[in-house]
Amino acid sequence: MSEAVLNPAVVEPTPIPLGEWLPWAVFGGLLALIALYFVGSEQGATALFQGTYIHEFVHDGRHLLGFPCH
Amino acid sequence: MVGQLLLRGMIAGVVAGLLTFCFARIAGEPQVDQAIAFEESNAHAHHHHDGEADEPEQVSRQTQAGVGLLTGVVTYGAAFGGLFALTFALIYGRSSKLPARPLAAWMALAGFVALTIVPNLKYPANPPAVGDPDTIGLRTALFFGMIAISLVAMLVSLRARKAMAQTLGLWNASIAAGVLFIALIAIAQALLPDINEVPAAFPAVLLWKFRVAALGMQAIMWTTLGLLFGLMADHKMRELRAPALAH
Repeated sequence: MSEAVLNPAVVEPTPIPLGEWLPWAVFGGLLALIALYFVGSEQGATALFQGTYIHEFVHDGRHLLGFPCH
Repeated sequence: MVGQLLLRGMIAGVVAGLLTFCFARIAGEPQVDQAIAFEESNAHAHHHHDGEADEPEQVSRQTQAGVGLLTGVVTYGAAFGGLFALTFALIYGRSSKLPARPLAAWMALAGFVALTIVPNLKYPANPPAVGDPDTIGLRTALFFGMIAISLVAMLVSLRARKAMAQTLGLWNASIAAGVLFIALIAIAQALLPDINEVPAAFPAVLLWKFRVAALGMQAIMWTTLGLLFGLMADHKMRELRAPALAH
């Protein structure tokens, strides 16, 4: 309160309209989930690509980030 | 606006990933190496020929511990940074009236508790040589299930805090919400099955060190993400407000 009086630049945060948020949330959310899937689970519990190269490449990160690896 | 926040979140996540990688190299890799050495000596002692141990390496240990680890951790950081920014954009000014920096800091703390600490209490990180390949499907489902339950419990508790604040006051409502969160997690973790696939001869100290390193990585990741994104989002929000004030 006193900060708002002393500094007129401090105003209550205004929300971002949901209509503006939603398309970005779908885009960013999908991107993030795909990325996390390849780091955490591809060629582990399930596989989109054959072989074990992705699994072996991110192997140490997968273990240390806490994902079930193999 | 949301796009710019998303980009900032991903940049903060990449920086968080780089710092986490440095820590993982120092504190995590020695444990991974020792666990692999245990796995190999164990496989040779038992004359297994069906396992992976005797197969030629598709990716060298050097690559796994270097570029591979870097790629994994930085991608993870960028992904969480993006999700973090989107969550921030949703609740800023809506479910929370906090300014950008404290909001991001509280979000990081909540994320660290709900997405790292709680799932790790039930299903902690495991080094190589721990885990039966036949149960990978079940373990993966339980791991993500525990994260989902924890996230829902966190959201329910925060909702309850807000509802109780009107009658109990903010301080007491926060304590009650904390108790509710712990109760929900205790029930879920008591009902979910235990997974214990640590070989009997696996060194306890090595397991402990590995898990502490894994936890330390997450602490660095979330702290950097919360503080750095908070700073960047704060700048962005001030920039937006400046032209409005000029009128």
